[in-house]
Amino acid sequence: MAGKVKWVTDIEKSVLINNFEKRGWVQVTENEDWNFYWMSVQTIRNVFSVEAGYRLSDDQIVNHFPNHYELTRKDLMVKNIKRYRKELEKEGSPLAEKDENGKYLYLDFVPVTYMLPADYNLFVEEFRKSPSSTWIMKPCGKAQGKGIFLINKLSQIKKWSRDSKTSSFVTQSTKEAYVISLYINNPLLIGGRKFDLRLYVLVSTYRPLRCYMYKLGFCRFCTVKYTPSTSELDNMFVHLTNVAIQKHGEDYNHIHGGKWTVNNLRLYLESTRGKEVTGKLFDEIHWIIVQSLKAVAPVMNNDKHCFECYGYDIIIDDKLKPWLIEVNASPSLTSSTANDRILKYNLINDTLNIAVPNGEIPDCKWNKSPPKEVLGNYEILYDEELAQGDGADRELRSRQGQSLGPRGGRSRDSGRTILTTWK
Amino acid sequence: MTLTVLKSTSQGSWEKRILKSLNSMCTELSIPLARKRPVGEQKELLNKWNEMGTDEPDLSLFRPVYAPKDFLEVLINLRNPNYENGDSLSFRTHLGLIQVPLKVKDIPELKEFFVELGLTTGQLGIDDSTQVPPELFENEHVRIGQKVLAEQDSAAAQQYIRQGSPTALRAELWALILNISSQPEDILYYEQLKTNVIQHDLLVDSLIYKDVKLTASNDDYYFVFEDYLYQVLLCFSRDTSVLGHFAYNSASPPKSYIRGKLGLEEYAVFYPPNGVIPFHGFSMYVAPLCFLYHEPSKLYQIFREMYVRFFFRLHSISSHPSGIVSLCLLFETLLQTYLPQLFYHLREIGAQPLRISFKWMVRAFSGYLATDQLLLLWDRILGYNSLEILAVLAAAVFAFRAVNLMEVTSLAAAEAVLADLSTLKVMPLLQIFLFATVT
Repeated sequence: MAGKVKWVTDIEKSVLINNFEKRGWVQVTENEDWNFYWMSVQTIRNVFSVEAGYRLSDDQIVNHFPNHYELTRKDLMVKNIKRYRKELEKEGSPLAEKDENGKYLYLDFVPVTYMLPADYNLFVEEFRKSPSSTWIMKPCGKAQGKGIFLINKLSQIKKWSRDSKTSSFVTQSTKEAYVISLYINNPLLIGGRKFDLRLYVLVSTYRPLRCYMYKLGFCRFCTVKYTPSTSELDNMFVHLTNVAIQKHGEDYNHIHGGKWTVNNLRLYLESTRGKEVTGKLFDEIHWIIVQSLKAVAPVMNNDKHCFECYGYDIIIDDKLKPWLIEVNASPSLTSSTANDRILKYNLINDTLNIAVPNGEIPDCKWNKSPPKEVLGNYEILYDEELAQGDGADRELRSRQGQSLGPRGGRSRDSGRTILTTWK
Repeated sequence: MTLTVLKSTSQGSWEKRILKSLNSMCTELSIPLARKRPVGEQKELLNKWNEMGTDEPDLSLFRPVYAPKDFLEVLINLRNPNYENGDSLSFRTHLGLIQVPLKVKDIPELKEFFVELGLTTGQLGIDDSTQVPPELFENEHVRIGQKVLAEQDSAAAQQYIRQGSPTALRAELWALILNISSQPEDILYYEQLKTNVIQHDLLVDSLIYKDVKLTASNDDYYFVFEDYLYQVLLCFSRDTSVLGHFAYNSASPPKSYIRGKLGLEEYAVFYPPNGVIPFHGFSMYVAPLCFLYHEPSKLYQIFREMYVRFFFRLHSISSHPSGIVSLCLLFETLLQTYLPQLFYHLREIGAQPLRISFKWMVRAFSGYLATDQLLLLWDRILGYNSLEILAVLAAAVFAFRAVNLMEVTSLAAAEAVLADLSTLKVMPLLQIFLFATVT
């Protein structure tokens, strides 16, 4: 019975609505029978909360996993990755191999992070080892760069100390949770400017893990020249690349929005640093994304009604090592420039083509294996079923020093082929 | 058609106009052409040297001295005074805007000249695409490139790069072909220029700032390098060694006279010191190079060499085959000869093709093509030591969009069809136009 897909959303963004309408889908309210609900993270909390007793039927799909916060909350992401690493170490996996300084060779991709106030004392110990280091404080539950600040002195975070007497107005349990991470003060600079990478990753299922990388990611540049000098620690225009913050800087440009495509980055790096190191960098980026998903896969509620499109934020340091900063469950759908609007429109379009096959009323029991033709600008990042077919040891062999990536990586503007010959 | 004829008539009057424009701006705004900076200002500039882009001087009163379309008007009005003495019949049927009968190549000659771009020769920009296994061409080509670099063979590099340069080797190959090696004296020379910038302020500096702000800062690819552009262009305008290129350029550098000594040659100085007055879009000659070189003095040297070998020809009047006049004529002739229907149609609706393609050629397509494509194009400029490929590409673009262009009925609509070249792949376009079109 081919009816039209009935959609609901609580996010009033044209890039979404235009995509629904162009498929001839019908808008309904959430109290009616709907097939597709693009919800904000607040709503997903309600939908899957114990009290709501919501039961989704087979022909209903939503755009978040119930406990996505295992990946998208800064403290939980770190916790899950640490747990994952320890597990691999315990089972003697070569992936968990460490170097002579005790650093993981293949799994060290998140800057040293502690939860506050819980790990305050551990943090202090670490801080004292390198007292000239800078650390970045981020509230666990906020986005868009809100509430973030840098510190380089213990006194600046006194109130998070567990036995702090100055926090008399705030009891332990209501103190807002923060993470504090070692600040990467040697970011790769281009044109003297700091930038970070925003990459979109679609997950259709966690067990088996199947994820796709959007080819058209972008770099977000700070408008002000980067300086690690301590006097500029307060200047958020220097340090934070969130567009929400940069947009208010004096030099923000509304034509290019301070953004570069990932292809530009690739061209620049190949031209100035060489092909091999650039290929290695991009392979590492893919690797850390897959590892982060594997880390949370065991604890994710792999509800078959769900898919999710994440916004990964990655920083590259001046040794061309990528660092995972955070994962966003609700990447911004606001467009700051015309190019941006086109990109996000296409992103949603390709996402819907994969999540809702043929644009027809979904059946959540389908095998979630879309044909290659519908991928659009996505490419398969990791497909656990395919990987298991080839044997798990292939992954280990390729990780241990042999050249990664298909044919050593290719550089053209038109994009690359399948990313995963290592599995 | 000789150099001297063009030189004495049109280039001369064009130069006078530019200079007049500059002088009147100077008078209107009561800003001296040059002044020494007070010490405080010098210190400030030195501190800000790496981030001059954050400076926001009031540039609203400055106008570019000229824009490409002004220059086009001058070229359109060029006439050969010897024309009456019976030039070739074929030229009388030339219906384009350029009315100067210079000798340009036809397609058979271009096929011979650009033989390495032929269908049976491997090319980067075509044979390195995803569908082609790298064993067929790319790997071997890269290996040869590495060998050429190892042997530091400039002539071999120039031959090699006709098939395109691998991205990782391009910076070194261009330096080899342009004979640029960063010796200590080169770095010192650049530092000396930098000192000149710190000590003296020139009126053209404001023109440079304005140009960068209007063009490169708004470009999706080049905005990141804004500060490098100032560092290169401000030094460039003070570099008197650039005057050397006027020996083979039909133009003459504009002269200025010390106050009160107008007309007295011994008090004449070139203004700006390098003799080059920037026009609207000038900074786009430098911008693509920032993808290859991030060390300021090397970037500077490469740009300067590219300018004195190639780019100057794009905004001076001469009869040289790579000069802008010849390129315009080549473009129009190719279109009229091989795409006559399209040419006549566009002419009919008041959309002379050159009016659209001129700006592409003057800028060597910088800012119009995607950067990776632009670099592949500039590879061939270096490889063939000629700018003719710009005219051929311009014609190829028209050929590619011919179907849509045949349907437009106004200049504005034609401009719209050709507004966005950012998705074009230059090598296939060139190859098809030269080697795969039935003529």
